[in-house]
Amino acid sequence: MTAVLEVSGLKTHFFTHAGVVKAVDGVDFTVNKGEVMGLVGESGSGKSITGFSILGLIDQPGRIVEGAIRFIGEDIAKAPEDKLKSIRGNRISMIFQDPMMTLNPVLRIDTQMMEAILAHEPVPRKEAWERCRDALGLVGIPSPEERLRAYPHQLSGGMRQRVSIATAFLNKPDLIIADEPTTALDVTIQAQIIFEAQKLTRQTGTAMIWITHDLAVVAGLADRISVMYAGRIVEQGLTDDVIDRPLHPYTVGLLGSVPTANNRGERLFQIEGMTPNMLALPEGCAFSPRCGSASGACRTPPPIEHVADRELRCYHPRSQAAAQ
Amino acid sequence: MTVFVIRRLMQAFLVVFLMSVIVFFGVNIVGDPIYMLVSPDADQADIEAAIRRLGLDRPIWEQYFLFLKGAVQGNLGDSFVFGQPALKLILHHMPATLELAFSALFLAIVFGIPLGLFSGLYPDNPVSKGIMAGSILGFSLPTFWVGLMLILLFAVELGWLPSTGRGDTASVFGIQTSLATWDGIRHIFLPALNLSLLKISLAIRLTRAGVREAMGQDYVKYARAKGVSTKRIIFVHVMKNIMIPVVTVMGLEFGSLIGFSVVTETIFAWPGMGKLLIDAILQLDRPVVVAYLMIMVLFFVLINLMVDILYSILDPRVRLQDQGA
Amino acid sequence: MTDTAMQSASTAPVKIETPFQRFRAEYFESRIAATAFFIFVAIVLLAILAPWITPQNPYDLAQVDVLDGRLPPGSEAFAGYTMWLGSDGAGRDLYSAILYGLRISISVGLASGVIALFIGMTVGLIAAYLGGRTEAVIMRVVDLQLSFPAALVALMLVAALGKGVDKIILALVVAQWAYYARTVRATALVERGKEYVEAAQCLGLSRMRVVFRHILPNCMAPLIVVGTVQTAHAVSLEATLSFLGVGLPQTEPSLGVLIANGFEYMLSGRYWISVFPGIALLLTVASINLVGDQLRDVLNPRMKK
Repeated sequence: MTAVLEVSGLKTHFFTHAGVVKAVDGVDFTVNKGEVMGLVGESGSGKSITGFSILGLIDQPGRIVEGAIRFIGEDIAKAPEDKLKSIRGNRISMIFQDPMMTLNPVLRIDTQMMEAILAHEPVPRKEAWERCRDALGLVGIPSPEERLRAYPHQLSGGMRQRVSIATAFLNKPDLIIADEPTTALDVTIQAQIIFEAQKLTRQTGTAMIWITHDLAVVAGLADRISVMYAGRIVEQGLTDDVIDRPLHPYTVGLLGSVPTANNRGERLFQIEGMTPNMLALPEGCAFSPRCGSASGACRTPPPIEHVADRELRCYHPRSQAAAQ
Repeated sequence: MTVFVIRRLMQAFLVVFLMSVIVFFGVNIVGDPIYMLVSPDADQADIEAAIRRLGLDRPIWEQYFLFLKGAVQGNLGDSFVFGQPALKLILHHMPATLELAFSALFLAIVFGIPLGLFSGLYPDNPVSKGIMAGSILGFSLPTFWVGLMLILLFAVELGWLPSTGRGDTASVFGIQTSLATWDGIRHIFLPALNLSLLKISLAIRLTRAGVREAMGQDYVKYARAKGVSTKRIIFVHVMKNIMIPVVTVMGLEFGSLIGFSVVTETIFAWPGMGKLLIDAILQLDRPVVVAYLMIMVLFFVLINLMVDILYSILDPRVRLQDQGA
Repeated sequence: MTDTAMQSASTAPVKIETPFQRFRAEYFESRIAATAFFIFVAIVLLAILAPWITPQNPYDLAQVDVLDGRLPPGSEAFAGYTMWLGSDGAGRDLYSAILYGLRISISVGLASGVIALFIGMTVGLIAAYLGGRTEAVIMRVVDLQLSFPAALVALMLVAALGKGVDKIILALVVAQWAYYARTVRATALVERGKEYVEAAQCLGLSRMRVVFRHILPNCMAPLIVVGTVQTAHAVSLEATLSFLGVGLPQTEPSLGVLIANGFEYMLSGRYWISVFPGIALLLTVASINLVGDQLRDVLNPRMKK
């Protein structure tokens, strides 16, 4: 398998008035061709910032402080804006969370889709338009010609997100970063959108990073899962392994708090404490204040360990039995 | 779209009607109608004659009906000072005012929007801070005082531009305008600049606020994620969004330009209807004041109507909402 | 609870500030705003103290000598003091006249601002309280009035009412109340859309309570901001009307009257009679506007970084 994206030691910090927010603080992962990686974490864990860092879309007062982002072998972490512009929407495209906000309300769908092609290729408008029409057809939008003439507010939320997905695939990119694309949608629509995205990645061999806070969403979609907590990846491995035998106490907690049919009537598990204050993270392991098995050792940051073809940052991984 | 226009038109008629009631009863109840409608140096016999001639001995509703009938026929009374129909006088002075207001609006847009765009895109740039300081000053400077200073500087001290009057006019498409002659342009420049100063500041602020808000929106980030050029993001994505509020407000401000032209015309002795109004007020020429008021009502209603329609063309959401309603 | 304790223990100790202290600190963060505030305070003090710090009472005809008329800045008056800003056509010391003029201009601006604020706020709250058709009618009237420029409304009123302090205050109030009503209504709309209002209604709380406990406090910040801007506007508007000769009479010379008096001398190069009162007017209006600007930034949570 060839790596499409290798991120190593990525640190993205925000220099605010109140202090430095280490939103992403030493993240390593690899995405291979045609692979779907689920990047899971609660809000504020830095998963979206990781996605925006890859595209070089970090705004003031934030910036990438350290680390490499190798995209098809080439480091783009410090690439000039022109270079990044030629990659964005072309080789790496992105799907955003809220389709209500991402489509410009005063521009027609065709304008907004065609510009993704015309920004990268000098093709005739007619050809660009046809490609947009075909792309809409591929994501299951009926009568695409009509939809192309519509304004965003004339489409439903699910329809708009299909437009975003179609736009993301327009230039046959090597990688798509999907930032919680189904969070704002109804559950039934959510399933359809996941299905369309999955189908298209299979067909085109495009790699995908699916960012979400919902383990249930990526369980059926991703090949591998990375769990993020407070700017770091705390556990990383094959989806089935992570879901069936979580090792990091945080992953255990996340899985325990997913309601399933199995534990009906039982009290739902809850991770104690609150999401960490990114301005004042505890020393060492950021999860230790909320962790049942924390010890004195947790005051120094845990290194990455390889446990059973998994990467883990923890001194006290759960035994497989305890994880159940 | 047609339904939309028809509904707005009906609202506009209602407003004009209501305002005619307010103006009429304002004149007839707040003040002594005789005192308001007859020259102050008329004697008792004149007044008695006027009461009968004007129908003031009839019931108030009948009087209003007569006023309305006259107004619809374009008869709003005769000026005491000029002895001509008030409406005719105002219409005669209107082109000069419109020309001045349009020139000011033009200056406001030509200077205001680019400056606002720049300071919105680069808020921390020292030039932007200078622009903002200037716009606050522009808001605070009273129009009439700026007018005096412009005359003092350009007409009295430097002697570059004339300080009063309209200058030569020439006919373009049958309209007499100063903008067609060099002398006319020299005359209109200072008053137009004076009148536009407040609106330049306003345009700067509106554009800047709009740009700053739009630049933080997801759709801008999304466009960047698609690899769209900065130029296209600014001029297509951002500008199309902010032009809606800017056009609305600037359009509504056109009415305020006409209103404020009263001040500018007085200072620069510009022969428009604002100058006519002030002269009429100072000479107690009440029919002219009433006529001016009715014309202004009509004017503002028309402006609001036009802005509404323009708005619905620019913002597809408004149109749909109305169709749904 | 223990977890929250742990959480706060890990954060740095924060000094507890009262809301007013925080507000003050945020306000004075901007040097321009701080300067504007002190200039405004200084102007108000000068206006209040005018009788004690000016060499001449410009209204006392015994103290005004026509022979002193149109003297350039720095000339010596007949009575012996120096006229640092020169004198006007009637022989009044401009420095004294400006300070006395400030008294009138600021009083008229503040009085009309405060009255308009109370009327506008009351109307806005009544609209918010009653809702339904009453609200629709009130807001149509407000919109209608706001579609006419305040300057024109005030001009027409003083034209009908005549000159005088009370009349011009009335005109300014009528021209400006709608801005306050709109502000209160806008806040009420935002607040009423919030879920806690729905929750309060579900709990059976009276509409009165929602209006006075939730909507009114939320209106205070925008009202203060609109109030400062409108007061600056009122000062400027009064000056404009007086300049046009339809505002205050010659016996009550506000800054606008002083500037108008200087107009006729300006073309002959006696600039000071119009320029100095104009600068005083500009400083007053600009400082109030700058204070209002900063208040808007500090009081509006949306604008915070």
